[in-house]
Amino acid sequence: MPSRRILITGVSTYWGGRLAQQLEAYDDVEAIIGVDRNPPKVELQRAEFVQVADSHSLIRRIVDAAEIDTLVDTRLVVDSIVTTPRLAHENNAIGTLNVLAACNGPDSPVRKVVFKSSDHYYGCEQDDPAFFTEEMVRPHPPRTSLERDIVDAERSVGDFAARHPDVTVTVLRFANGLGPDLRTSWSRLFALPVVPMILGFDPRLQFIHEDDIVGCLEHAVRHDTDGVHNCAADGVLALSEVVGLLGKSYAPVLPPWGTGVAAAAARRLGVQIPPEMLRQMRFGRGLDNRRFKATGYRYRHTTRETVIRLGEHQRLEPLLRGAGESYRYERELEEFLRYSPSVRANAGRPAEVEGGTGTGDAGERAPRDAAAADRPGYDDLRADEVVALLPSLDQDALRALYAHETAHHGRRTVLRAIERLQRWEAES
Amino acid sequence: MTPARRARGGAGPRADATAPGTRLAPVDPPTTPPEDSPAPAGAELRDLLPAIEPERRLDDWGRSERIEGLFDRTVADFLYHLWFRCEVEGIQNVPADGGALVVSNHAGALPPDAAMIAKAIREEHPRARPLHITVEHFFKGYPGFSALLPKLGCVPAHPANVHRLLCDERQLVLVFPEGRKGTEKLYKDRYRLRRFGRGGFVEAAMRARTPIVPVAVVGAEEAAPIFAQVPALKKLTGLIYFPITPTFPHFGVLGMVGYLPAKFRIRFLPAVPTDDMGEEPWTDKGLVQRVSDEVRETIQAEVLDMVQRRRSVWL
Repeated sequence: MPSRRILITGVSTYWGGRLAQQLEAYDDVEAIIGVDRNPPKVELQRAEFVQVADSHSLIRRIVDAAEIDTLVDTRLVVDSIVTTPRLAHENNAIGTLNVLAACNGPDSPVRKVVFKSSDHYYGCEQDDPAFFTEEMVRPHPPRTSLERDIVDAERSVGDFAARHPDVTVTVLRFANGLGPDLRTSWSRLFALPVVPMILGFDPRLQFIHEDDIVGCLEHAVRHDTDGVHNCAADGVLALSEVVGLLGKSYAPVLPPWGTGVAAAAARRLGVQIPPEMLRQMRFGRGLDNRRFKATGYRYRHTTRETVIRLGEHQRLEPLLRGAGESYRYERELEEFLRYSPSVRANAGRPAEVEGGTGTGDAGERAPRDAAAADRPGYDDLRADEVVALLPSLDQDALRALYAHETAHHGRRTVLRAIERLQRWEAES
Repeated sequence: MTPARRARGGAGPRADATAPGTRLAPVDPPTTPPEDSPAPAGAELRDLLPAIEPERRLDDWGRSERIEGLFDRTVADFLYHLWFRCEVEGIQNVPADGGALVVSNHAGALPPDAAMIAKAIREEHPRARPLHITVEHFFKGYPGFSALLPKLGCVPAHPANVHRLLCDERQLVLVFPEGRKGTEKLYKDRYRLRRFGRGGFVEAAMRARTPIVPVAVVGAEEAAPIFAQVPALKKLTGLIYFPITPTFPHFGVLGMVGYLPAKFRIRFLPAVPTDDMGEEPWTDKGLVQRVSDEVRETIQAEVLDMVQRRRSVWL
């Protein structure tokens, strides 16, 4: 059964926002409603945002009023540095209960629930298998509060699935995400000039590219993928291999015994290593991602490619500084654009709220197209905006853009950034 | 720039590949040990294994061809040809393709037998197949070993790991069912095989429908004899055991690899097929135990035969 009316909880998170953007492109999706405590951080065209906390009575009213048939829960906190343990517990354990309570009951219109979970569910132990499959339960009880909360949350989802056999419940356990736009403990660690390691350990790690996180969620919304699935890119890399691909060096400075104390000392120095990550740096973790591939999804990046992409981004970052997106959610503006009769359908942004007629994503994504140089809008872009878009282009497009830029503006910042990119491509 | 796009992975969209019984189950007491459940619909999932990326120096298990090759050309080569002067019989019993579980007796403080069996297959077999050596989980948690052993082709002895290697990747896997009980036994108990665990290795082979190749090794007991165990020092160092050997601990860490030049004899025995035992033979614990005991008896008999025939421990 295709999803037509979708509610996304946690739309202010990176993946929640990106997922809403992706789903906007489908004509058969009638309504996309995002709820969260905080406004979304990405620009949305027709998806609507309602600012509510995860209280089940409020969400229930939205579910009933909008006849939501699919709930996507992207709210889970999977990185313990983003918030305090208490708030994480509130969000992960209690929040999940509330969100599920909102689609509970025989008269609920919800037919499908997609729950974004994390591979912290499995934990990291000495006697782990090298590749976790979905049926495996962790060999030991959870060690950190975050792991405990994630196990709790999944238990709530499992109970919900058992009580509602007619609802398609998909749980996606994601490996650690990496990508230019993601800020996680791992990306912070990899941003250090020298990457610290635990002496005598070279753990096996698996990551997933940010585009694949969104891709997996989108696939789960568009197809019926019942049950639990691991989502991780192909290939498991040793930490030393990852550091090598990033073009950095590593330093085994953390002692194998008393690692926790050393990590606490490192925190004083400004290097935050959360306890889950510390365990991963010791034992590593690999996932068997074949079940989700069997549902038809194909990952766009392998773990190795994901790491290479991150390295490319890290090298480009000094260039991009300040050119980052400046999108801020302004309630009045968003409402004006969506509902005012003065807004014309195709002027700048499409105004349809329901039953979008295929204006799709042409407006927002135009500069990302390979043929960016031929677009009329290109010449209006500022140099730093162009530079920010460069990494999304492939070799041919870069060459075309270079020719176009030399012929017209000839801006040196842009030309130099393109040269740099081409050089890196050639090197790697 | 899209290096090494998946080469295998040909299976198209298959909406219903998940078995019906795999619905989300409520999480249960997490203390129960993980069941080595068979991969659902093994043959289909095999096509979805990640393809090999030729640019990588390590595989998904953390094995490094470079480091393994270096070890093979230096240490293993020296030990195999000069120090232990290995003598190999029955190499034709190791299948040239497909998964197979190599089962051997195990002895020696830091046992040299695994490396010698791997080297024997590489040297003598017409198709020099890599051998995946299963080791105690302890090594994954001990600094140094944890970083080094996977690079040399060692894999923690988890049933799921063995199953993936045998069934999905169709590799050769070496197990020592005696485990730690074999290596910590004292010199006076030499060539008396310990209990073969709970028959987990037979179950693994049955699930993967791969043959079991028993191997008898003679020489390891004399190469690294253990005269005594010191439990107090074992606790202090966190090692799995703390042996007194001719060279350890008085020569320090290097003493661990101070092997005596005993003559090694390795005999590969005819393979025991496990795919003709009916549907799901691993559910019959009696059958599992019987096969396990048979394999143990076979190896024990061969070991005694080889010890009986040899003229000298050293030559």
